[in-house]
Amino acid sequence: MKNIRIIVLAKQVPDTRNVGKDAMKADGTVNRAALPAIFNPEDLNALEQALRIKDKYKNVTVTLLTMGPGRAAEIIREGLYRGADNGFLLTDRKFAGSDTLATSYAISLAIKKIAPFDIVISGRQAIDGDTAQVGPQAAEKLGIAQVTYAEEILEVTDKDVTIKRRLERGIETVKAPRPVLITVHSSAPKCRTRNAKFIMKYKHALTVTEMQDATTDYEKLHQNRPYLDIEELSVDDIKADVNWLGLSGSPTKVKSIENVVLQAKDAKILTDSNNDIEEMIKELIENHTIG
Amino acid sequence: MNNVFVYCEIDEGNVVDVSLELLTKGRKLANELKCQLEAVVIGDELKNIEKELFPYGVDTIHIAEDKRLYPFQTLPHASIMKKLFEDEKPQIVLFGATSIGRDIAPRIASAMRCGLTADCTSLVIGEHFDKKANKEYKNLLYQIRPAFGGNIIATIINPEMHPQMATVREGVMKKEIYDAKYKGKIHKLEVDKYVNEEDFVVKIIERHIEAKKVDIKGAQIIVAGGYGVGSAENFKLLYDLADVIGGEVGGSRAAVDANFIEHERQIGQTGVTVRPKLYIACGISGAVQHRAGMDQSAMIISINTDIKAPINSIADYVIEGDISDVIPKMIKYYKKNSK
Ligand SMILES: Cc1cc2nc3c(=O)[nH]c(=O)nc-3n(C[C@H](O)[C@H](O)[C@H](O)COP(=O)(O)OP(=O)(O)OC[C@H]3O[C@@H](n4cnc5c(N)ncnc54)[C@H](O)[C@@H]3O)c2cc1C
Repeated sequence: MKNIRIIVLAKQVPDTRNVGKDAMKADGTVNRAALPAIFNPEDLNALEQALRIKDKYKNVTVTLLTMGPGRAAEIIREGLYRGADNGFLLTDRKFAGSDTLATSYAISLAIKKIAPFDIVISGRQAIDGDTAQVGPQAAEKLGIAQVTYAEEILEVTDKDVTIKRRLERGIETVKAPRPVLITVHSSAPKCRTRNAKFIMKYKHALTVTEMQDATTDYEKLHQNRPYLDIEELSVDDIKADVNWLGLSGSPTKVKSIENVVLQAKDAKILTDSNNDIEEMIKELIENHTIG
Repeated sequence: MNNVFVYCEIDEGNVVDVSLELLTKGRKLANELKCQLEAVVIGDELKNIEKELFPYGVDTIHIAEDKRLYPFQTLPHASIMKKLFEDEKPQIVLFGATSIGRDIAPRIASAMRCGLTADCTSLVIGEHFDKKANKEYKNLLYQIRPAFGGNIIATIINPEMHPQMATVREGVMKKEIYDAKYKGKIHKLEVDKYVNEEDFVVKIIERHIEAKKVDIKGAQIIVAGGYGVGSAENFKLLYDLADVIGGEVGGSRAAVDANFIEHERQIGQTGVTVRPKLYIACGISGAVQHRAGMDQSAMIISINTDIKAPINSIADYVIEGDISDVIPKMIKYYKKNSK
């Protein structure tokens, strides 16, 4: 059996599912910075699929690729703690303001830089936008087939990958040639937890920038243990055309953002008393809303 | 050239509802832009499909018919549309935000280097002035969707790179016959000119598609529960009420995430959009993503322990109380007063 080189795309996202009171600013808008940054949930499902391939076959490597600010290196460490082999952080100021098209351009170039690869796996979508666009766009830019909404990767052979997909009203099993890009649905199995052995092994896994900023000197440690290096990739490293990145490389523009202000209707305010509820039911029957 | 296009999805020989809803919207946009409405249908055994489509005011139907094109596969469908769009240069292309639309639209947007906005809740024509470039744009498509955390509504535009593409969930737009006698043209595509062998490298081995089970979209009365319902067990109260008054049960995303109710019943921006005669929101706070899927309901009742819950501001009746007290009383008084 040939090697199976897997790249898992993972994103650090604000936890939009838990927008608590302290994340609201006085004007009623959300303070993004106050939200905890988490591993995008479906990217964890994706990582689990990659790790299962590693459990099942020999000569499998799992590489994480994340695009984001410096602190997104946390995502890579999180992946290493769960069983990934190494990771790359795609980070550069020039990426700021990129929409999904510009993002997928950068990611596809980073994948080519990391290549050779056989399978790219990502979550179906990120919870901060729910667009589900970056996976298919990256597949198109790489010129490879895409298989979306995977629930289980059933088999990998030297030639192809067999995948079970979750559709709105059923399932479909497909066989796609390697290399292929797969996006994983939330109905796929949850990701395994961190492994104590890997936490010990990788707790000092750092990017160069993090090493420079650290108060402790990790240089020596990293020289002896190169697997602790989290490689950073910049716009220059992936040889990207800056016109295709950031705001200028993004065909979609945000024209305006409106805070939602609720217009109060003239509601009838009722208590839970028998009388209030019976009166309401009578009105609804009378005006033919129910009954 | 420069027309409004709608990708029409096929399910067992019929055009799916969301595509008909988009044709209805597309017709309105085309009228405003004084251009034509065109439909793209890709599949197999598409006989008489035009009879279904022309009444929505379609001026041209592009049909690609071949037994390899059904069931849906990304690569051949994408190749056909890419070439068709390069030839026809649409200004707007709309897709249903279904598992098919959300799979293929980004692939095409990437190939054409154009913008794509997911899950729009409203589409209108407007203008834009770019101060930096001192340039004015007329007749752009405003792609409007709730964004981050639900507290904002974003208007997205694609000024330079066309087509302007958007996906819209089922039920967000209304489906309406434009003119039962409307007749347009049929343009049959020579499939082999649009696809090549490599487009068929992915093989479908097995498919199990179930018939649609719940139809909350078609329900006149919806009893919807949120995280405040507290448990799957408590949801039984909602089913009881729905049974008695003849409605369906739906839920918020928080209720779905907590496994109180199945995903098919989720209402909102990333679930189904509904417009029932009566919507009873039980223990739902009313985040904008939820309201996006139900605020067109003719009448809204909110049952909530928190009088300040945002949902209350769009409700016609607000009952301040606990669902476990209020719902049994509603059932009791309905039984007592209905004939
Ligand atoms: C990109 C994106 C897309 C989203 N799409 C959707 C979508 O499609 N649909 C959707 O619903 N949400 C969606 N959301 C989530 C949305 O922002 C909210 O988090 C969600 O709607 C909250 O659900 P809820 O009202 O049930 O829960 P909560 O906000 O937790 O509200 C619970 C309510 O129950 C009340 N309550 C508690 N106990 C009781 C009781 N015993 N009796 C009566 N009332 C009680 C509380 O006062 C509160 O108002 C989306 C979010 C994002 C970021």
